[in-house]
Order: sequence, then C-alpha cells, then structure tokens
Amino acid sequence: MTSQPLLSDPHGAVQALRLTCALAATTTDVAMLLGAPLAWWLARGTDWRRDVVGSILTLPLVLPPTVLGFYLLLALGPSGVGGALSRFTGRPTLAFTFTGLVIGSVIAALPYVVQSARAAFETVGRAPVEIAYTLRASPLRAFWTVAVPLAAPGLLAAAVLAFAHTMGEFGLVLMIGGDIPGRTRVLAMALYDDVEAGEWREAHLIAGGMVGFAFVVILIMTLAQKRLARRKP
Amino acid sequence: MRCRKAWKEQAMAVHIRTSRVRTGADALIGRMATVVLCALISLTAATGIARAEQARVAIAANFIGPAKALIDAFARKTGDVVTPSFGASGQFLIQIEQGAPFDAFLSADDARPATLMREGFAAPGSAFTYAIGRLALWSGSAAFPAKEETLRKGGFTRLAVGNPRTAPYGAAALATLRSLGLYDALQPRLVTGVDIAQAFQFVQTGNAELGFVALSQLHDRPPGTVWIVPASLYPPIRQDGVLLKRGEGNRAARGFMNFLQTPEAKAIIAAYGYAPV
Repeated sequence: MTSQPLLSDPHGAVQALRLTCALAATTTDVAMLLGAPLAWWLARGTDWRRDVVGSILTLPLVLPPTVLGFYLLLALGPSGVGGALSRFTGRPTLAFTFTGLVIGSVIAALPYVVQSARAAFETVGRAPVEIAYTLRASPLRAFWTVAVPLAAPGLLAAAVLAFAHTMGEFGLVLMIGGDIPGRTRVLAMALYDDVEAGEWREAHLIAGGMVGFAFVVILIMTLAQKRLARRKP
Repeated sequence: MRCRKAWKEQAMAVHIRTSRVRTGADALIGRMATVVLCALISLTAATGIARAEQARVAIAANFIGPAKALIDAFARKTGDVVTPSFGASGQFLIQIEQGAPFDAFLSADDARPATLMREGFAAPGSAFTYAIGRLALWSGSAAFPAKEETLRKGGFTRLAVGNPRTAPYGAAALATLRSLGLYDALQPRLVTGVDIAQAFQFVQTGNAELGFVALSQLHDRPPGTVWIVPASLYPPIRQDGVLLKRGEGNRAARGFMNFLQTPEAKAIIAAYGYAPV
C-alpha cells in the first residue's frame, strides 16, 4: 500500500476508496478460491458432515459482526494464532493490518460465496460431471472444464456479492482495524469518523458515493441475471 | 420460468384460502386483541406507578468506572435510576444535536458542553466542571515499560490512542506527543480507538504494546506499567457536565447533576485518579 499524499484529498477519502477496493478485491479472490471448492463439495452430497460444515460456514451470516470482531481480536493478537504467525515478520499481532482485515472479511464473505456457488453447482446437477467422468476426465478436470463453466452465472453472482459485502464491511473493521489511514481506514470507517467529527460535507460525499455504488452493483446483477435467464432454453 | 409460474399459482391458492377463512376468524382475533391490549395497559400502568424516576445520561468513556460507582451511590440515596450510555464525547455531541434522548451529558472536555449551551440544547447555567482528567501511558508489555524513555527509544509496533477528533483524551495524547517532539516519529505507529475505552482494550488484548488512556481506567490495577503523563505536556482536560433541555423537568437528572457536586461524589471521583476541581 502506498501512502503518498494525494492532491485535493484532505481527509483521505480517495485513499480510503483505494484501500476499500483493494480490500474488496483481495477478499473476493481469497473467498472464491476457498469458497468455490467448498461449495462444490457441499453440493455433491447430503450426509451429516456436509450439514455440519455448511452450518458452520453460514454462522457469520447470522452472528453480529461484533462477535466475529471480538474473537478475531483475540485470535489475531499476541496470544492467538495470528500473533504466532505474524511473529515471523517481527510483529506481535495481525490486528490493525491489511492482512488482518482480509482474514476477517473473508470469513464474513464466505457464507455469501458458498451459498450462491452451492446453489449454482446444485442447479448444474451431477449428470454433466458424471458424463465427463465416463469420458475419462479427472475429478479436477471435470470441475474446471465442466462444472465451473456451467455454474458461471452463479459463481459470478457469488463473487459480486463477496465484493459488495466487503465494500460495506464496518463492524468488523471497527473492532480489529485501529483506524489507520492507508492501511485499515476503509470507506465505511472514514464515513463513521466524519459523522462523529461533524464533517457533514465529507460524510455526504462518501455516503452518497456508496449508495450510488451499491445501486449500480445491484442493477448490473439484476440485468445480468435477466440476460442469462433469457439465454437459457 | 416454469418454477416461477408454479410458485405464483400456489401463492394465489393460499391467498384464496386465507381470505375465505378470515371472516370467521376475525371476531375471535378481535376479542383476543382486546384482552391482550387491556393486559398490556394495566401492566404498564402498574409498573409506571411503582417505578422511580429515571434519567438517561450520556457519559464520556473515560468516566465509566467512577460513573458506575456514582450511579450506585445516587440510587442508594434517592432511589432514582440513572441509565448511562458510554462513548466518545464528540460522538455524543452529534447525537444530542440530532435529538438523542439524553437528559444530561458528562463530557470529557469543556468545549462540547459549551457548544451545546451556545446552540440551545443545554439548560442555561447548568454547566459545571465535575472532574479534571489525567492522562496516563499504559504498557501491557514487559519489554516496553511505560515511561518517556520508551516513547523516545521506539522499538514497539503499536501505540493506541483515542480518536483525537472525537475523544478529548485522544487529543491530549497527540498534544503530549507534540510536546515531546515525537509526533512525526510515532505517528505511523498510532492505532486509533473510536473512544478511550477502545484504546484501553487494544492494550488489554495485547494488540498494542502501549496506549494513552485515562488514569481512571487503570483504577483496578490491570497488569503492566503506568506512567502518569505530567500535566505540563498537554492542555488541562476540564471535564464539564451539562443538564440538557429535555432533562430540565426530570427529577433524577437534576438530582444526579447536583449529587456530582457534593463532597461524597467528589471523593469517589478523586479515588479514580482525577485531579481535584
């Protein structure tokens, strides 16, 4: 993350925007890499192990972000796993770092990814993949060349949801971020600061921008789904 | 597409079914609603009579410890209930300006109560200084004992402060760093809590080695070392309280503000490490 001063960015709104986009993009990548295979596995059976794993993955969806924030603060800290990991880089904690935020928001975004992707894989069904097997495709190859392309619209929706959700992440960042400009002060945090400090103009700019962004995302998703639905026989 | 059509048909069927039943059930539901409503009204009336007067007070986060002790002492004395909300003073200023239902406000500075007075949200003449805050550097890490030397030497990764824009103790922390000539050097290591309570919690969980907190927060002697920052290094933290306009007619709110100025209350406040007013 570069943090050179930007022209006409006195309160760091542009910096916060860049940081937020970076966080959302990184989170989406990681959440898709973890979530898509998990969803694939979940979609291919109904035994109790899948039910348990599916339930655990859904937890962040129903828990308040403060619960996640509290556990993460302890887990990322010096006496937790995060602290042990970050000691390799000479830091006592993963809290207040970009990496820490990515870990938190991946956990928060996973339910969205897994649910969408799982539904997509379930719609594709077993038949196409089993046909690929009969043609001697390896499981990995069947996944990449048959299941993924067929489930593409659902996977795209999963990625968009993960990205949009991370753009709006707040409670978690509030608890493990430490509000560091250029590293953990994301847009929602900058907005909170501006409101608390009575900087209405800046607050309006950020809040209005986020409303516009969310609207565009939802509209694009709706239009894309409409088109995809029409294309199907 | 086919799925959606089926869903629509089913919804229609349910709708028809329920509308047919409704006429019969209407009378029963109506009677039940009356009974429940009566029960609710009598319940609220009963508790209303029995309940002592209640006040909602917005209190700066540095004052959490003494506030709880003061509220207990006040309740024992009068039977009136004070419900506290804790947060950053700047946060409360905005909330009160936007009509938050607080009867009184104990700020961590004198500027915000003055603003409320000027804007007409506070009862005229009700402002008074209830405490003078003392800033402390707290370290939870044995490798970095809390003292001026440690700040000069550096070596630690994180120094927690309250948000200087909204928390007066955060502003005092930055003023201290500037007085010591260390602001530019340490600025990249600052982590900011939304209020002084979060700054405390960052050190408590070990995520920051050091933090500037209110001395009152260290009343229960948490592990670690403490450096009481000399008062010459930052402008005095005069903590003012005001009765708000909506609390003018509230006996509990007025009583609590008066109680804060009694010797009994002053002794409690002093015990938490505030300088005498």
